[in-house]
Amino acid sequence: MTRVDVQQKVLSENDRLAGALREKLRDSGVYCPNFISSPGAGKTLLLESTLELLPRNTRVAVLTGDIQTDNDAQRLARYGFPVRQITTGGSCHLDARMIERALAEWKLESLEYLFIENVGNLVCPASYDLGENDKIVILSVTEGEDKPLKYPATFARAGLVIINKIDLLPYVRFDLAVAKENVRKVHPEVEILDVSSTARIGFDDWLSWLDSKRKQCLERSMAFVTP
Amino acid sequence: MHEMGIASSVLDTARKEAAKLPGARVLKIGLRIGEWAGVDPESLRFCFDALVSGEGLQPPSLEIEFLQRQNRCPLCGNVFALERFQIECPRCGAEVTEPVSGDELELAFVELEEP
Repeated sequence: MTRVDVQQKVLSENDRLAGALREKLRDSGVYCPNFISSPGAGKTLLLESTLELLPRNTRVAVLTGDIQTDNDAQRLARYGFPVRQITTGGSCHLDARMIERALAEWKLESLEYLFIENVGNLVCPASYDLGENDKIVILSVTEGEDKPLKYPATFARAGLVIINKIDLLPYVRFDLAVAKENVRKVHPEVEILDVSSTARIGFDDWLSWLDSKRKQCLERSMAFVTP
Repeated sequence: MHEMGIASSVLDTARKEAAKLPGARVLKIGLRIGEWAGVDPESLRFCFDALVSGEGLQPPSLEIEFLQRQNRCPLCGNVFALERFQIECPRCGAEVTEPVSGDELELAFVELEEP
């Protein structure tokens, strides 16, 4: 009997592909957020409103993942930006290979933003690196304020937490302060934005957050240009 | 929910290790799973057993080491398991401490039967 010490990440193949994607994105100066939430928290509507409110000359493309249907891609395509649906056919998350395949014909260097809308799920997407710059986790006020404690793996990896449907606060039992406290318990320093896509609340902060990230990515790509 | 895919990656990696020793058979696979890895060990074991159930009389077995979420205090060096998400150092009271374990999803070892 031989015992071989492997000490390798189980998802090392996914991580390798994600690392290659991250380098490509960095060299192209693209800011790529990966939107994660439970089903129905408002990922697609947030993206729709964002696409509508971004300046017309913004160069943005969207990949949207679902188990079945291209309904989300149809909704998002109305804003005139390139959109591609990734239908996972049963898989509960996107992985780096799906992103690599979907990006095959797109020229990343012509983009400023690449938005990735993950499959609605607060568990599995946390394990799969897609090469994104940030995981943006969306929690809506129609859910429980203890979601961050129930799904710490996801919230702990968030680069930004958006609390969505904030206009519904008067009608639901959702304690905003407690929700934020719970987010901070699992991720003390993460930034939290209050947003409503339908009532267009919080979009000044959200769009300027995006813009500052885009600028950082652009500067980083300049720093990496090989002479 | 994604444990079947992970079980299948685990088996693939173990078999690649076995293939380095022609004729070797995988007896046991050792995994390290962190509390915050987003993977349920029992569900993973269920999927793993389903995948190997067709493999004759002695299918490979799975050994899982479950790692608690632990933080380290940069001030006093104390390493402690998080309880109720309290990240403050229980020894010196420092407010900011750093994670040292709990995110793992690693293949630790493979035991092989040589030909």
